[in-house]
Amino acid sequence: MSTTETRSTGGVSVTKQVSGKPRMTDKTRAEARLGWYLAGPAFVILVAVTGYPILQALYESLFSFRLTAPADREFIGLKNYGVILSDSLWWKALGNTAMITVVTVAVELVIGFALAMVMHKVLGWLRPIVRTAILIPYAVITVVSAYAWQYAFGLTTGFMNTVLGLGDYDVFAHKWSALAVICLSEIWKTTPFISLLLLAGLAQVPSDMTEAAKVDGATAWERLWKVTLPNMKASIMVALLFRALDAFRIFDNVYIMTNGAAGTETVSSLAYNQTISRLEIGLGSAVSVLLFVCVLAICFVAIKVFKVDLARARGEG
Amino acid sequence: MTSRRRIRWTALGAGALLAGSLAACGGSSTASGAPTLNWYINPDNGGQQKIAQDCSAQSNGQYSIEVSILPSDAAQQREQLMRRLAGNDTSIDMMSLDPVFVPETSEAGFLAPVPEDLQQKWSDGVVEGAVTGATWKDQLVAAPFWANTQLLWYRKSVAQAAGLDMTKPVTWDQLIQAAKAQKTAIGVQGQRAESMTVWVNAMIASAGGKVIENPDAKGPDIELGLESDAGEAAAKVMQDITAAGVGGPGIDNRDEAATANLFQQGGADFMVNWPFVYAQGKSAADEGTMDQAIFDDYGWTTYPAMAEGKAAAPPLGGIDVGVSAFSEHKDAAFAAVSCIVSEQNQAAYMVSDGNPAALESVYDDPTVQEAYPMYDTIRTSLQAAQPRPQTAYYNEVSQGIADQWQPVSGVSDSTPTSSQKYIGEVLKGEKLL
Repeated sequence: MSTTETRSTGGVSVTKQVSGKPRMTDKTRAEARLGWYLAGPAFVILVAVTGYPILQALYESLFSFRLTAPADREFIGLKNYGVILSDSLWWKALGNTAMITVVTVAVELVIGFALAMVMHKVLGWLRPIVRTAILIPYAVITVVSAYAWQYAFGLTTGFMNTVLGLGDYDVFAHKWSALAVICLSEIWKTTPFISLLLLAGLAQVPSDMTEAAKVDGATAWERLWKVTLPNMKASIMVALLFRALDAFRIFDNVYIMTNGAAGTETVSSLAYNQTISRLEIGLGSAVSVLLFVCVLAICFVAIKVFKVDLARARGEG
Repeated sequence: MTSRRRIRWTALGAGALLAGSLAACGGSSTASGAPTLNWYINPDNGGQQKIAQDCSAQSNGQYSIEVSILPSDAAQQREQLMRRLAGNDTSIDMMSLDPVFVPETSEAGFLAPVPEDLQQKWSDGVVEGAVTGATWKDQLVAAPFWANTQLLWYRKSVAQAAGLDMTKPVTWDQLIQAAKAQKTAIGVQGQRAESMTVWVNAMIASAGGKVIENPDAKGPDIELGLESDAGEAAAKVMQDITAAGVGGPGIDNRDEAATANLFQQGGADFMVNWPFVYAQGKSAADEGTMDQAIFDDYGWTTYPAMAEGKAAAPPLGGIDVGVSAFSEHKDAAFAAVSCIVSEQNQAAYMVSDGNPAALESVYDDPTVQEAYPMYDTIRTSLQAAQPRPQTAYYNEVSQGIADQWQPVSGVSDSTPTSSQKYIGEVLKGEKLL
């Protein structure tokens, strides 16, 4: 049981913690209140724009409801979830999405770190040029980039088959080659994002620590593993989390390049197909809810298992 | 002015501006009282815009038509229209609809019922398939505007070298043998898209079968005819194409446009496709991007048959124009549709945009005959054409076929049975699509 003693000294309230949780002072309480006043409206708007659709999707997922047959709407409880979870298409789509997430994030982390090092090290007039050059792919709209990759690998429009000596091999007609191109386009497009986050992390590594390690005779490799990376852990984990969430939602590239053909469906394309193409709002909402659960699971694993500290990444630690 | 007053005036001004903008968005009447009708159209070469202008001018101030362009893909056109209509969007007065989506739109109550006199007027002299495509539950629910059909296109020199007599109907088997012997390909649409349903449906219909036995039924009660002799015959054609290696490059990602390009570039010397390929080839020859000699070598005939002596049932396409049930100017919209689908406009549209008319009489027009030397083949094909399944669940059936019959190289003897089972489960709500 916690006990606290509070006494007033010259008009200043002082709280002395005896044990357990610290009790807030008047000042802290006022600051917290101000924080709520400032953040409150944003919080309400956030709940309205994200909470409402999520609750609506949860509600809709309990119905058999086709947009073009509103009169046939029927409450079916959790049946939609049963249909989805017992369907091999869902598990294939989930597998594809997980594979794309793991592969792209892993490759992007390595390349992104290398690019962040380049951006960090390069000096003088070259610095802005290098940073701009690295960031260009991220400035390209995903749909545009998807079309560019599709045209490049397309049999009638592309040049990549000639460059790679693939002849008449139709890249987008086969699952693994199609997924490989989808992953490549994702990596090309979003590596700059991860490298930007890592660059911020690199800038936070105290230079005196690196200098001290150098003086102590540590090699460049040792300095990287024992000084730089440990000091960047928060940035790396946040970059991983953000990019993993982003990659898990993959839709545009798949929609443009294969539209789910050759077994390349992802969870998002499955949700789109049920909701928008089939107008089966109930079934589509259930897929969307499951997608949301997956995203929550990724966040949970990242925060609890890998100890991602979002506060430290914001520089509060 | 104090800051508080300034804020108040600014708020009032912003409110007035917003109200004005909203009125401009929602309003569809001109100051003179004549309504402005909004016609949602599929993209074309500008022919529908021209018709809208002409009909507006001819209405003597009764209405004016503005066009809004839908996405190029038929499935995406449907998606946009259905979402708007489900939201009771009053900004749609008329819409250009692919016939396959007419039943779903009508069944949902999104189409305004067509008056009896107009039903008669809009179907008189129209090719039978186009009337069927615009009809749901024995009522004409939209006006047939143009009626497309696929032909068999070929290079005359190659067909001659293969010894094919193109004055008589040819079969898929003869085509496959000819393409194999000439080391060329047959341009078919093998993409996992609606074009795959066009192909499968045409082959099943040509073999005397039906994709759906009871089109009027509700989803779970629909009886499919894929698992049948006709379905097996369709699967065999695909297997033969794969076995003979005459599918050509990129068959599994080829739609109609890609097929037309392949034919134009010599990657395939035979092709099944819509008549737009003629206008495209002519334009390429005129612009010098294709040799005139190649264009002169273009030949055409009716769709390949499934068996010798058995006439083909070619694919039927086109566009119907419907009036929205949520339009605030239905009478004016019906008058406008009557103008849009007039014989004169159908003829002009066929010449300008290459889309065949639904009215048979248009094919007797000398300007049409001059612009489209294959007009008689088109008319013959339209008379024999079979629409795709007329059901309110067409999208499910079509996506299911595209999913199960693609890739072409994956089609086997069991495909008709497995696709029938899969689509049946989807229609019963037991499977994802």
